[in-house]
Amino acid sequence: MHELSITQSLVEAVLDRTGGRSVTGVNLRIGPLSGVLPDAVRFCFDVVSADTPLAGATLTIDESEGRARCRSCRDEFVLEDMFLLCPCGSADVEVVSGRELLVTSVEVA
Amino acid sequence: MCATCGCGDDAGTRISDLDGTVHEIVHDTAHAAAAPHEHPHPHDHEHDHGHQHDHEHDHGHAHDHGHGHQHPQSPGTADPGHSPAADGRTLISLEENLLAKNDLLASRNRGWLEGRGVQAFNVMSSPGAGKTTLLVRTIRELAGELEIGVIEGDQETSLDADRIRSTGRPVIQINTGAGCHLDAGMLQRALGALDPVPGSTLFIENVGNLVCPALFDLGESARVVVISVTEGDDKPQKYPHMFLAADLVIINKADLLPYVEFDVERCVRQARLLNPGVDVLTLSATTGDGMDGWLEWIRKNPHLATAAAGSAPRSGGLRV
Repeated sequence: MHELSITQSLVEAVLDRTGGRSVTGVNLRIGPLSGVLPDAVRFCFDVVSADTPLAGATLTIDESEGRARCRSCRDEFVLEDMFLLCPCGSADVEVVSGRELLVTSVEVA
Repeated sequence: MCATCGCGDDAGTRISDLDGTVHEIVHDTAHAAAAPHEHPHPHDHEHDHGHQHDHEHDHGHAHDHGHGHQHPQSPGTADPGHSPAADGRTLISLEENLLAKNDLLASRNRGWLEGRGVQAFNVMSSPGAGKTTLLVRTIRELAGELEIGVIEGDQETSLDADRIRSTGRPVIQINTGAGCHLDAGMLQRALGALDPVPGSTLFIENVGNLVCPALFDLGESARVVVISVTEGDDKPQKYPHMFLAADLVIINKADLLPYVEFDVERCVRQARLLNPGVDVLTLSATTGDGMDGWLEWIRKNPHLATAAAGSAPRSGGLRV
């Protein structure tokens, strides 16, 4: 359950930037290739943020799409899984998006 | 047990060598993020031996970032990083990677290791794939050729470190408690405790787990993923992140191939579909068959060449 320690990093990163101010919202972007499950982060967030200025904050996760570009046929396509294969059969692909694991912004009162 | 948060020393990370010296007990970061409170630390052992007790408790972060942002909020000149919302709340733009702290510590570890010419291999697998057996045999076969140290990661016990210690090589045990992987901060502390000699080779045996360790860069020179033939040849499909992260995949327990349904070619094909450049070796750490390829891979690792060229030969260092 690596999401637990990643959520701990999230809380620390936010506290570093907000000091003791009350945090009312946290916005994340998590891609399908990041290796992190958004639902598991949601589950951990309430536990980890308890007794911190983030307690009760609304967690919003933008679950971005995995996209790749094929260097053979130049097509851009949606990645359905971790196997980086273009529908044309080529494995020579470049991941355009989907690896994001970011805290994009926070809202403080 | 801590009465404030319910954590116990047993649940934190412990770093120890095998004469029973606990170098450090570190509470996890959730604890650090919780409200600061005091922990009493009774010490009832005698201090007549020469090691340091560095009980560093990383909590009580009194981060008072007094940036003094007193922006007079005139209309149309809002600070783009601090956008006031209509209801008086302020949106602060961060755009920060959630693994940024780990990655920063990993970069420091990498620089520390490179500065000493130490090549470090992060060895990962599911529990029971044969990591420790492989390391014990590797240490024995390279005895007199490479100076080897080991950092062992397990949730509990020093059983694996005991096995390494029987080879006579230096070993540090990290017990992660509830943790399912090693991170760069744990390695940093373990490196301080192990103090590997310049020009040496370090194996980091990660917690047995094919999922979580894949995401945490430790600062290693290369990542070695071990799977055993009893686990099934579909492991790369089931655990793609681990195989994407690998520099080398070792298919272990090859001596059992006659007794199990494991298609080596299929497994290699799947691993290379995920990670086209990955090296793959098939061996048995128990019988020794195929070990030569692995030993050669260690000898030819570019980080060893750098180490040999970059640091003066020392006694206790690299011997060729």
